[in-house]
Amino acid sequence: MRMIKQIALAALAASFVASANGQELKSQELKIGLSAEPSAMDPHFHNLTPNNSLLKHIFERLTDHDENQLVKPGLAASWHTIDDSTWEFKLRPGVKFTDGADFTANDVIYSFCRAPRVENSPSSFAIYSRSITDMTAPDPLTLIMRTAGPYPLLPTEVSTIAILSAKANGAGQVTFDRQECKGVGVYPKTEAFNAGQATVGTGPYKLVRFSKGDRIILERNDGYWGEKPPWQRVIFRPITSAGPRVAALLAGDVDLIENVPNQDLERIKANPNYKVVQGLSARVIYLHFDYIDDAPPGVADAGSKNPFRDKRVREAISKAIDRDAIVARIMGGVALPAAELLPPQMFGANRDAKPAKADPEGAKKLLAEAGYPNGFTLVLATPNDRYVNDAQIAQAVAQMLARIGLKVSVDAMTSSQFFAKRTKRDFGFWLAGWISDTGDMSAQLKPLAATPDRDKGWGTTNPGGYSNREVDALLEKALGTIDDTKRAALLAQASRIAMADYGVLPLHFEMTTWAMRKELAYTPRVDQNTQATMVNRAR
Amino acid sequence: MLAFLLRRLAQGLLVVAAMATLVFVGVYALGNPIDILISPQADELEREQAIVRLGLDRPLWVQFAIFLKSALRGDLGTSFVHGVPAVDLILDRMPATLELAFVALILSIGIGIPAGLFAGLAPRSLSRRAIMTGSILGFSVPNFWLGLMLILLFAVELKVLPAGGRGETRTVFGIELSLLTLDGLRHLILPALTLAIYKASLIARLAYAGTRETLLQEFVRFARAKGLSPRRIVGVHVLKTIMIPVVTVTGLELGSMIGFAVVTETVFAWPGMGKLLIDSIYRLDRPVIVAYLVIIVIMFVVINFVVDVIYTLLDPRVRLSGQEA
Repeated sequence: MRMIKQIALAALAASFVASANGQELKSQELKIGLSAEPSAMDPHFHNLTPNNSLLKHIFERLTDHDENQLVKPGLAASWHTIDDSTWEFKLRPGVKFTDGADFTANDVIYSFCRAPRVENSPSSFAIYSRSITDMTAPDPLTLIMRTAGPYPLLPTEVSTIAILSAKANGAGQVTFDRQECKGVGVYPKTEAFNAGQATVGTGPYKLVRFSKGDRIILERNDGYWGEKPPWQRVIFRPITSAGPRVAALLAGDVDLIENVPNQDLERIKANPNYKVVQGLSARVIYLHFDYIDDAPPGVADAGSKNPFRDKRVREAISKAIDRDAIVARIMGGVALPAAELLPPQMFGANRDAKPAKADPEGAKKLLAEAGYPNGFTLVLATPNDRYVNDAQIAQAVAQMLARIGLKVSVDAMTSSQFFAKRTKRDFGFWLAGWISDTGDMSAQLKPLAATPDRDKGWGTTNPGGYSNREVDALLEKALGTIDDTKRAALLAQASRIAMADYGVLPLHFEMTTWAMRKELAYTPRVDQNTQATMVNRAR
Repeated sequence: MLAFLLRRLAQGLLVVAAMATLVFVGVYALGNPIDILISPQADELEREQAIVRLGLDRPLWVQFAIFLKSALRGDLGTSFVHGVPAVDLILDRMPATLELAFVALILSIGIGIPAGLFAGLAPRSLSRRAIMTGSILGFSVPNFWLGLMLILLFAVELKVLPAGGRGETRTVFGIELSLLTLDGLRHLILPALTLAIYKASLIARLAYAGTRETLLQEFVRFARAKGLSPRRIVGVHVLKTIMIPVVTVTGLELGSMIGFAVVTETVFAWPGMGKLLIDSIYRLDRPVIVAYLVIIVIMFVVINFVVDVIYTLLDPRVRLSGQEA
């Protein structure tokens, strides 16, 4: 018994020593605590932020995004249009895959062939390759893409499809065909990526191990063509619960965490060993209406007509809301009041747009003019676990609307319920959030404010059927305009009109927060991605 | 013995089938997983194609029939989220959970039985009060709170143990074990302790009550009269008698520890099955939820069977027969 005790004590002492060594930041290793786990290491399997963000370390795309989601060169060094529907991409020379093979246009064609055809994919990348009618490679470093009509979004959309190695996956010379590509051999399965055989990319890092639920280990790709990344080894650990994630940082288990819960921000800031970096995200939190039903779900005492079809009612609701108060009190200052669906510095936004100020008196007057001097009853639906403080924001909105005589009850539910019900059009009035992969105004207006049109893929997140001919026409025109300056102006105009019509009511933009050891520095990104390549040592 | 076995097997299958049906229908009623899975940017066309890819376009009874058919071949479906067989996903995570549960079990027996026995032998001492009061505390404190407090104390304040995760593992017979590395052990201590405290309290109380009762029995007096050493009386005869309720409870609790270590695994970001279950429920990953529960039911059936067998070893009067089961 005594001996066991001694051994146990020795082991305990040893563990103390070991942990004391573990406290120092090993100069070449970075450990990151993620708030969501990627579902696979196959970059074409699941179009979802955690996957895309992580796999950007391993695989690259033709084009890339800077921290404000403006398009910049990736594996394509430059691109231009030959005519309205033909694009020429000049590929970067001297790029090698981690297996040593050269990167060529054949790999691009192969990747675009596979992306829409992944078995069991819960959300595929097909939407981003659908506009392409043909792809050819006149020489190994030149790629021609054709679209059915003018398609200005092509350089943005190709930034979503990761480039795989055709050779490493057993394909030969690939010929593109929208129905069935030739020469592709057998596409690798998602499991082959998880296990690491197929995870051959050109990115700054390569996969060492993907151990589901536990960790993802990356090792620097020393043959990388671009700037050498600062860390030899990066370990990502999914710690999905917020409290334990913060604890892991404070305990020194990880060096950096993403999505710091607002309530812990002060505590981390007060600790001299850590710091917090915050950046505006492109995620907008908005309110939306049902325009289709004569009696929208949850609305009562509003007579026989749908009150939301009256612009004065929508304007009154917008005026009743004190966006500054929501940001200050509920978001703890960690958000930006919104005037539009996209932050002002991004593509197609109006730089001078100002968020509306609260005006309850004006709102009451508008309601009375619209024929509701005594208000009416409505239900505000919201998810309670999807966006930062979502249910509390909805509560605050309900109280603000109560001040102008609207009787609002909040129906908060878990996100899986919320999104299913929203698709079924069970809501009359709801709160939700939106962030796009591509980050220009068309990616906000097309799903949220354009008239739903199945064939065009418009209005996909506009189940209430908001419809404004002017907005639609401008959007249509913008989506056929190749010139960036002209397109941005058209989109800004469309956005101005939709906002002046109060078709969708933006509340605020979320901010993304990262917390890290004080020796580190991170450049915040509007797409909320956490990139090890952008973590540097603070100077 | 054979009749007993067959009967148990039939009962187990019935439970598994009933449970699978309930869960399948229940999760179906929760909502359509496509709204959680699909990228918000997807259009109608892509949405419809994804629904077809995942087989969600078919009516419930067809989906269930397909599930049953492949379940008979041992295939419990493919995860919606990960695109790999649900069973593989769970088996991948199983060693982590089993390891945690077994370490917790050993800890709880190691703490519980000596404590209970000691308190039972010295009912008037101060330490008895301390042990009994401690045990009440031990099973009234909520698991997640205890876990967080341990993290705050040992990881955040003292910085002697890691706050979570699994640490370094070593592969033995193709199974990854963290018991064999120092780093792994350090990661194991806090979650195992969190999981063990409640069971240890329970076992201590059972052992205490058992000891008090047994000491008054005829055979103990007889043994004393016969001149057996107190060490032998307590160490062999008393201990063996009090073990019967302890084994029953431990067996059942082992099942619940493996099956529902969910809270502890979430607090400690332990990559076990419980964490997988929570993530799957959140994402409505029905195949994984169903497969998980099927596996857990099978495990409970097996554990109960093992407990029955251990009884016969501890108490020769108990016989396994068809009637008794």
